[in-house]
Amino acid sequence: MNARWSSVVGRWALALSERSESKGLVAGAGARLAAGARSLEPGAFVDRAAFVLALAAVSCLLACGAPSRDRDADRSRPPTRIISLVPAATEMLFAMGAGPRVIAVSSFDHYPPPVEALPRVGALLDPDIERIIALRPDLVVLFEGQVELREKLAQAGIRVFVYPRPTLADIVTTLRSLGRQVGLGERADREADAIESQLDAVRQKVKGLPPPRTMLVIGREPGTLRNIFVSGGLGFLSDALTIAGGANVFGSVRRENLQVTTEAILASQPDVIVEVVASQPWRAADIEREKHVWDTLPSLPAVRNHRVYLLMGDEFVTPGPRIVQGARELSDVLHGTHATTR
Amino acid sequence: MPHETSSEVRRPMSDVGREPAGANLPSVRRRLIVATTAFGALACIACLAAPLVGPTPIHLWRVFDRTIAFRDNVDAQIFFIARLPRALAGALVGSALAASGVVFQALLRNPLATPFTLGVSAGAALGAILAITFPLALAALPVPAVPLASFAGSLFAVGIVYALATARRLGLSTHVLLLAGVTLNAFFSALILFVQYSADQSQTVRTVRWLMGDLDVATYTPILAALPFTLVAFAAFAWLPRSLNLLAVGTDAAAARGVDVLRTQRLAFFSASLATGAAVSLGGPIGFIGIVVPHLVRLLVGSDHRIVLPSSALFGAGFLVACDVLARTLLAPIELPVGIVTAMIGGPFFLWLLVRQGGGR
Repeated sequence: MNARWSSVVGRWALALSERSESKGLVAGAGARLAAGARSLEPGAFVDRAAFVLALAAVSCLLACGAPSRDRDADRSRPPTRIISLVPAATEMLFAMGAGPRVIAVSSFDHYPPPVEALPRVGALLDPDIERIIALRPDLVVLFEGQVELREKLAQAGIRVFVYPRPTLADIVTTLRSLGRQVGLGERADREADAIESQLDAVRQKVKGLPPPRTMLVIGREPGTLRNIFVSGGLGFLSDALTIAGGANVFGSVRRENLQVTTEAILASQPDVIVEVVASQPWRAADIEREKHVWDTLPSLPAVRNHRVYLLMGDEFVTPGPRIVQGARELSDVLHGTHATTR
Repeated sequence: MPHETSSEVRRPMSDVGREPAGANLPSVRRRLIVATTAFGALACIACLAAPLVGPTPIHLWRVFDRTIAFRDNVDAQIFFIARLPRALAGALVGSALAASGVVFQALLRNPLATPFTLGVSAGAALGAILAITFPLALAALPVPAVPLASFAGSLFAVGIVYALATARRLGLSTHVLLLAGVTLNAFFSALILFVQYSADQSQTVRTVRWLMGDLDVATYTPILAALPFTLVAFAAFAWLPRSLNLLAVGTDAAAARGVDVLRTQRLAFFSASLATGAAVSLGGPIGFIGIVVPHLVRLLVGSDHRIVLPSSALFGAGFLVACDVLARTLLAPIELPVGIVTAMIGGPFFLWLLVRQGGGR
């Protein structure tokens, strides 16, 4: 832990020294010190850890005393070097026109296409703190659970935006607040309004139509009916299903997802089964085979009436602006193509 | 070779030495009949009752009503698709794991041995997790990839452990077998964690779920696939009990009494590994069956393997079927992983047994 901490300090000090040549002496000393701490023998390290740490802390204080005023000024200015560890937030940033300011993304980002060219700095479980700091961001968007990362970034004086775990209503709220954070409040508000009105349009299209009882499958062992995970009544996917005019058969379970037994599926008798598959490059033959796996349960109305659908695309797992697209696709399969406006 | 287990640790089997094998055949036969009848009845009741119990009320007359087409008969489908395959899978997996537990404990002369001690389940888990994480590599296969990969993984692990245990000497060193198995377990676990860590989150959830064990097979195909391997293993088990009784006393003593030690050890190792591999590929690594059931049975019928082995197989079947009924009803419609149920019942029970046995002496 100590070694890691001092390496963070060292990296940060190096970054500082790159930024401003005049403070290079102090920061360079801090970096050398931290590097020294790493190279010590384990036994010697224990003996001298306190001493080294104290020195590192002093040099840290010296180094950050000077630029602190600059950074206060930085805070009022909109960020220009943004790192997003949250794919949904990345999509929001691009949607509000902040795309060119995004300098790095998580390892799970694939949309919009320009992100493929950006550096990757880990994800929820494995954020690469050294690379993040070395890229000198002035805003990092991260998940609620990344407490340790948030603390480290606070030590390095880097601003963060914490992305809350979303329901569908939270998507537009987050879009607006993220927009204010990056100084594009107006653009973000426009985007949020557009999403709301487009979702409203989907809602209007299916108004008055009887909602088919739908089972939303979000995971299953390919080729079999084992380990079936479905959407419960919480979360943006279930909300999207409601907007698209479907009734979630497991909506009464107040969870985002749950594993259901074959018996529960047989007992719930869904009219429609929608399986969402996130970005798995399946071939047409695979899709056909996977649909027919459900033939094992012939008493389900969905199976009997050939209403088993496989929807592919990461818009179903990313609670971002593309949720409109997801809701439209859902209403397409639930109520026929007339609901599509695109 | 110095005994790696103290006499205290292998106490549950040590009283076998007191009765010379074969000397008291009529009495053994009578006890065998009583024990297998009792445990067999228990297993049958569990298997027959399990499909009748569940969160959804079904009517038995509707289940067997031939006038309703099967595709329209929800009751029959719940019975024949949702419940009966689970009961059968539970019986197969439970008996395989419990019987292999008995064989491994005798082979390694260690009461703490389980079917998973020698790395069979870790190899199976690695195979399954690779199949889950890299689905494309196996997508072209006509059969579901995960059970196949897990069975292949278990065979791979068995091969490595056997090669290591026979590498340096003429015999099969149970000492090396144990150490190699434990080390391989740790090594495979590290590989599993590595694969999990590099997988995406939905795959990680599925791999973690696989490790908890699951019997909701929905069709009979996976059961039929595991059945031949289990039957071969059980046929091999039929040869073992008398030799295992003598092996429990010590390899030298067994050899002096005319047991072909190496052949017995080899047969025990491969048959128990085969049964374990088939069980794990069918239901995942369901814990505690392989250790709790053999010890409970020994407590009830003594430690003669001629009685313990068939009794454990039957009791294991009944126990797992009962646990699976709890797994699918307790939180319905949510499925509770059956491995959690067996561990939650098996863990405290095993501790109670441990304390009770210690206090009884």
